[in-house]
Amino acid sequence: MEDLSRIIRSHPFVHGLDDAKIKFLTGCAANVRFGADKFLVREGSDANASFLIRSGRVVLEIDVPGRGAKQIQTVEEGEVLGWSWLYPPYRWQFDARAVTPVRAIQFDGACLRNKCEADHDLGYEIVKRLLYLVHQRLERTRLQLLDVYRSDR
Amino acid sequence: MIAAPMDADTHRPRYLNSANLEPLIGALAADGYQVVGPTIKEGAIVYGEIKSQADLPVGFTDIQEPGRYRLEKRRDAAIFGYAVGPHSWKKYLHLPTLRLWSANRSSDGRITLEDGDGEAPRLALLGVRACELAAIAIQDKVLTAGASVDTHYARRRANIFIVAANCIVAGGTCFCASMNTGPQVRGGYDIALTELIDGSSHGFLVEAGSAAGARILSRISSDEAGEDRITAAREVVAKTSQQMGRTLDTAEIKDLLYANLEHSRWDDVASRCLGCTNCTMVCPTCFCTTVEDHVDLTGSTAERVRQWDSCFTLDHSHVHSGSVRNSLRSRYRQWMTHKLASWIDQFGSSGCVGCGRCITWCPVGIDITEEAAAIRASDLRTRAKGRAV
Amino acid sequence: MDSLVNLSLDPMTPRFLEVRRVIRETADTVTLQLHDPEARTFKPGQFNMLYLFGGGEVAISMSGEPATPSKLVHTIRAVGSVTRPLADLRRGAMVGVRGPFGSAWPLEEAQRRGCDLLLLAGGIGLAPLRPVIYTVHRNRDRYGRMTILYGARNPADLLYDKEVAGWQQPRTHLRTIVDHGDLAWRGRIGVITELLAEASFDPLETIALMCGPEVMMRFAERELSRRGMPRENIFISLERNMKCALGFCGHCMMAGSFMCKDGPVFRLSDIAPFFGVREL
Repeated sequence: MEDLSRIIRSHPFVHGLDDAKIKFLTGCAANVRFGADKFLVREGSDANASFLIRSGRVVLEIDVPGRGAKQIQTVEEGEVLGWSWLYPPYRWQFDARAVTPVRAIQFDGACLRNKCEADHDLGYEIVKRLLYLVHQRLERTRLQLLDVYRSDR
Repeated sequence: MIAAPMDADTHRPRYLNSANLEPLIGALAADGYQVVGPTIKEGAIVYGEIKSQADLPVGFTDIQEPGRYRLEKRRDAAIFGYAVGPHSWKKYLHLPTLRLWSANRSSDGRITLEDGDGEAPRLALLGVRACELAAIAIQDKVLTAGASVDTHYARRRANIFIVAANCIVAGGTCFCASMNTGPQVRGGYDIALTELIDGSSHGFLVEAGSAAGARILSRISSDEAGEDRITAAREVVAKTSQQMGRTLDTAEIKDLLYANLEHSRWDDVASRCLGCTNCTMVCPTCFCTTVEDHVDLTGSTAERVRQWDSCFTLDHSHVHSGSVRNSLRSRYRQWMTHKLASWIDQFGSSGCVGCGRCITWCPVGIDITEEAAAIRASDLRTRAKGRAV
Repeated sequence: MDSLVNLSLDPMTPRFLEVRRVIRETADTVTLQLHDPEARTFKPGQFNMLYLFGGGEVAISMSGEPATPSKLVHTIRAVGSVTRPLADLRRGAMVGVRGPFGSAWPLEEAQRRGCDLLLLAGGIGLAPLRPVIYTVHRNRDRYGRMTILYGARNPADLLYDKEVAGWQQPRTHLRTIVDHGDLAWRGRIGVITELLAEASFDPLETIALMCGPEVMMRFAERELSRRGMPRENIFISLERNMKCALGFCGHCMMAGSFMCKDGPVFRLSDIAPFFGVREL
C-alpha cells in the first residue's frame, strides 16, 4: 500500500494533490502490466477503469469493417487513459492496445465514483484534472481533424 | 531622360505666344522622337500617336464622376482643358504584353534561348500631368530602384522625353492635392507647359527641366516670359488646386487601414464590387503582372510572356490548395490597403497619386476617397475604446 | 545603344541544369538532384524557381547541403500542373532554374546569440529545414542544442527516413509523430503540438524555426506562447503565389511584405499583426 501510494504520487496526473487524498485514492488502485500488443480495454466493454500510464505506449484503435483497425491516437508515459467511468453507460469508446510493454496504475471506476461522491473536495480535484486533459485532447483532436498535411488535388 | 540640374540662365521660363504646338511637335520628331499624347478616340481622351496639332483634343473638356465620363466642347480652344482619361503612360513604359524570351529544345535535348521583345523606342510624351509624373516616379521606384531591376522597363524609360503640362482644370474625381502630387508639376520633366488663355491671348509658358529640354526649346521660337506671365501661370495652377473634385485625408492612413482589416465596410464595398479589374487597368501605378509559359505543339519551342495582371482575379493569390483571397471582400481590401497603406512600407510613399481614374472608370462608381473616409469615420480602434468606458 | 537585353543577365531567364539523380521519397514526393556547374551558393531557407520546359515555374525551397552547392537538391511534392511533371522527370532531363531567392533561416543569429534551436517541421516542411540540420551538424560546436520535431500525415509520408535516424546525435534530439497511424507503426500518433508541449527548452534562450501548413504553425505558435517564447524568437516560412520572385509581379504579397524578397522566412514579431488574418 505504502509502495503504491509512492508510485501514484510520482505520476503527473495527481501533481498538487495532498497526501491524504492520494492515500484515499490508493484504495482504488492496483499496479498492472501489459505485454506488447495486449489489449488494455476493448471497445464496448464495461468501462470500469482509468489507467495512469507509468511507462510504455498505448494506441487507441477503432475497428472499421472492411478497412481494419484505425489507429487514432497514442497515449504516452505520464498520461491518463480513460475517463468513461465518469458517465453512464460506462462503456469504452475504443480499443486500447499496448504498443510496447506497458506498466500502469489501474483505478477501479466504481470505487473512484463512490469516493468522489463521498468526498466532494476529492471529486473536484479529480474532475478538474480530467477536464484539463479533455480540453487538451480536444484541441489536439481538432488539429488532427483538419488533416493539414493532406494534398488537395 | 533624367532631369539634369537646372542652369538658372539657360532655363528661365520662355513664352510661346500662340496656341500652336506644331513647332514643338516638329522639333521632337526631327530629333527622332515618336510623339504620343492625348487624342480623342471613341468618346474619350486617350493616349496615341500625335503627328500634328490636329490630333490633339483642342477645345474639349471632360466631365468625370464616379462611374461616368463624357466629353464636352469648351467655349475656348484650350489644348489641355481636361483632366486625365482612361489611359495612363504606363502602357508605354510597363508594357501590357511583353515576350521575355523564347527557347528551343533540339532533339538531343540541348536548349538554346533567344531574346524576346527588347524595343526601347525614343518616345516623347506630350502633356504629362503632375499626378502622372508622380506615378512614373513611383513605378521607377518599384521597378528599378530595388535589389532587382526590371531591365525592360529601365531601357524603355531611358528613351523617354517628357513634356509636362500643368493642369488648368481639375477633374470631378481628382484629388492630387490631397496626395501631394499636384497639380503643380515639380521636377522629373524635360519641358513643362502651362497653357495661358486670357480673352484673345492664348499661349504657353514653357520651362526647360533638363539639358535635353533646353536643347529642344532652343530649336523653336519663343519670347522671353515676363513676370506677369510667370505669375499668371502659377496662379492658374493654384486655382486648379482649389477645384479638386475629391479629397482624401492621408493622416496616418497606414495605421488606420492596418487596424481596420476586419471593418464591416469591406463587406459593404464587396457587395458593390464586380471584380472587373477596371481600376487596376486604369491606375497609373498598378504594376502587377503575370507570367505565362507556352510551348508549341511539337514541344520544342517555348516562350515566356509577361502580361498585366490584377489582384482582383481569383488566380492572383492561387496556392496549390486554392486561392488565399477567395472572396471579393478580401480582394478589394488587398487593392485598397496595398495602394494606400502597404505601399508605404514597401516603397516609402503612397501608391496613390490622386488621379481619380479608378473612381471614374469603376462601372459601379466605387470611390476610394469615400471608402477611406467611411473607415476613418468608424475606425474600429475608437469604437473599441468607446465600449470600454 | 545596345538594343537587346543581355539574356544571361536578365533575372527572368532560367539556366538549364541537368537532373543527375531522382529519389522517390513517398507516393507523391520526389527529390531531384541537379548538377550546377556554377555551384551558386545559397542560404538555408532560400528557394529557386524551377522551370519545366514550356510548362511553367514553381517556387521550391533548397533542400540540400549548402556546403556542396554544385549538387542542387529540391524535394518536390506533386500537387499541381508544374510539380506533377517535375516529379516525373528522369535522370538526364533538363530543368530551368532561377535563383536563389528569398530570406534565410537565422543561423547567423543562432550562432551569435549562442542559443538553442527548436525546429518544427510539418509534412513537406521538413525539406526547407533539412539544410539547417546539415549546417548545424557540420559545424556542431558553433551551435547550441537542437531539437527537431517532425509531424506527418501518416508513416508512409515520412520523408528522408533512412537519413532521419542518423540525425539523433549528441545535443540533437529528434521526435516524430503522425496524424494517422497504421498497424506496423510503433511510434507516436497525434499532432506536433503534443511533441512541443513535452519538449524541454528555455523559451528565452531558444529560437524556433517552423515550416509546414499555416494552420499547424498557428497552433504551434500558441503553444510556444504558452511556454513563454517571445515572438522575436520565432521564425516561420510562409508560402504565397510566386511568379517572378523578383518583387515585380505583385503576386506574393502579404500586407507590406513580398514573400520573394522579405520572405519566405519571417521573424514572427515582424509580421505578427498580419499572420493569421483571414484571406490577407
